[in-house]
Amino acid sequence: MKIGIAGSLESNDVLVTVRECEKLVIDIHSIVDLLFHDQIEKVVRDTLQELGIENVEVRLQDKGALDYTIRARLITAIQRMEAQP
Amino acid sequence: MRSFLFVPGNNPSMVQNADVFPADAVIFDLEDSVHVAEKDNARRLLRDYLTSHPSLPQKVAIRINAMDTPYYKADLEALVADEIDYIVLPKATVTTTQKLGSDLFALEQKRELNKHIDIIPIVELAASLVEVCKIAATSRVVAILFGAEDYCAEMEIKRTLAGEALFFPRSQIAVACRANGIIAIDTPFTDVADDEALLKDCHNGALLGMTAKAAIHPRQVGAINEAYSPAQDQIDWAKKVVKAEKEASSKGLGVFSLDGKMIDKPVIERARKTLAKAKQYNLAGQDDE
Repeated sequence: MKIGIAGSLESNDVLVTVRECEKLVIDIHSIVDLLFHDQIEKVVRDTLQELGIENVEVRLQDKGALDYTIRARLITAIQRMEAQP
Repeated sequence: MRSFLFVPGNNPSMVQNADVFPADAVIFDLEDSVHVAEKDNARRLLRDYLTSHPSLPQKVAIRINAMDTPYYKADLEALVADEIDYIVLPKATVTTTQKLGSDLFALEQKRELNKHIDIIPIVELAASLVEVCKIAATSRVVAILFGAEDYCAEMEIKRTLAGEALFFPRSQIAVACRANGIIAIDTPFTDVADDEALLKDCHNGALLGMTAKAAIHPRQVGAINEAYSPAQDQIDWAKKVVKAEKEASSKGLGVFSLDGKMIDKPVIERARKTLAKAKQYNLAGQDDE
């Protein structure tokens, strides 16, 4: 199974893990989950849509990352996953 | 331009706060501060930050990886955009600086950018120092950054607080920059906890003609800005000289005396430059000429 990881558990960052999957799974763990869960999920869904990816498992361990960081880490994780043989 | 602050390109906490620091320019780093396994991560983070963040530093520079690395091309591809003012090129030589200029031109044309991106070569090799005048005269080069750590490592010499080891390269770079009307950026001071030594290092560079300095920590920026701005006594002196020159000129005098010292054209020019710099940094006050 292909897997891609990007980001970190430092403050203002997010650790994104993506895996090949037969359906879309988004699993969000955030220190600001109560306030921003929906916004984080929206960034993930928008980014996946932009990349044309429908089925993938995305796990986020968020330490207060802004939208641009979530998007950047997700794209890098997917590129790393896709680069695997 | 007095201060150029390095910010690690893969650190969201620092990247997204880069616009609040009082540096005249911020250099987002893709080179030494980013691990080889994280170059793609940093590139993507910076790209998304620059294209989406509501406020950016007043001047944005990117230190890319050197041309002989596998990252150079990808760095340029990812980051050449209208949001960038300068590309900072490590281990620069005349050849690599010219090649970067060609590569930037091609990308600017391809992407139909509204901006002409300038180059800040880092002179940190003995061979680069030998040809620094040619580097300074290369198209798009608006400043040269001195990299003392690599220079000292190559030369097998020790950098000291007194700065003897850096006397020649600082002087050579300062003269090359002055001759070409560009900014001479002094090497960063690496002990971020020693404010007194930082000030001394700033003055060592300024005495030799460096006109700006790189910072590796936000706390260094204030001291650098102060050291590379005209001091109040210099501004007061410059105002007196310019005022006296006007009076002397009305009497048909080209040379005159002020406070017992001869004032002639070079001194007047120095006073004018001091006032121009003071105005640039809003230090001239209300009653300047």
